[in-house]
Amino acid sequence: MTAYSPLQPNHRPPRTHEKIPLNDLEKRLLNEYQKGLPLSPTPFQDIAEQLGTSEALILQILQRLQDTGVISRVGPVFKPRKIGASTLAAMSIPATELVRVAKIVSDFPEVNHNYEREDIYNLWFVVTAPDSERLQAALTKLEQRTGYPLLDLPMERQYHIDLGFPLWC
Amino acid sequence: MVLNKQDCQLIAQIQDGLPLTSRPYGEVGRRIGLSEDQVIHRVKALQAAGIIKRMGVVVRHHELGYTANAMVVWDVPDHQVDEVGARLGARDCVTLCYRRPRRLPDWPYNLFCMIHGRRRERVLEYIDQLVITEQLGEVPRKVLFSGRRFKQRGARYQ
Repeated sequence: MTAYSPLQPNHRPPRTHEKIPLNDLEKRLLNEYQKGLPLSPTPFQDIAEQLGTSEALILQILQRLQDTGVISRVGPVFKPRKIGASTLAAMSIPATELVRVAKIVSDFPEVNHNYEREDIYNLWFVVTAPDSERLQAALTKLEQRTGYPLLDLPMERQYHIDLGFPLWC
Repeated sequence: MVLNKQDCQLIAQIQDGLPLTSRPYGEVGRRIGLSEDQVIHRVKALQAAGIIKRMGVVVRHHELGYTANAMVVWDVPDHQVDEVGARLGARDCVTLCYRRPRRLPDWPYNLFCMIHGRRRERVLEYIDQLVITEQLGEVPRKVLFSGRRFKQRGARYQ
């Protein structure tokens, strides 16, 4: 067994699920720059000037937050590709059967997210396929393999603008 | 917008993050044979075309203790759903807001929104506030907190 060494650059530190404390500068950095980064040759210098500090400190903070897994990156968020068809599906599964049925659902390559929710509809998953015909085929197969009916709840309209969310939530 | 080879190279270089250096776009340009100006210009074009939604600090809220995740579903009269959806979608702590079809008689809810918080009680308080400020007291609703994650495949571009 090898111990975690902070000197190995490609070794990602284990993700912690404990709350990581942030100071005021770090909070401002995260709140104000989730939705946009200056598109100038020197974005970190610009941020430093806007926050009244040095570029070196901004880079040091971002590196630390990235190394500890608080941020996944400083970079692009892509719009989900509109190609293909997808839906949100829900099933109502007896508690004793949930893990077994969830495994069957997760094994479908068309399923990307699959999670439990506290409700009579306790299994929720997103299904995607290249076109609506193949999506329907996957939904039918999901019902057959699990033996449970599903609710097919495709998105009809989107109202939010995704800008991340502030740390006062 | 049709992506050319250089756009694909650019996306491949930046999708895991910009280099944390003084001149990140210049550094990315050096790797793929573009000038700093050309990189900035292409990033702006990808943003204008809607392929890149935003450039920014991508926070892993889970790591900061945002582990309470509630899906709130509402049964809004059809003639009001777009207006209510737009108002809820604009609220700061609402991260997703969609209209979806009802499936009667099992599922009467047509508006879905997602709310994140550090603690369940805080999320419930926030929902209570939403109901008051957005005058949704008469609208039937249900709150579904998330439990175990059985599968989560991160979205990558290519």
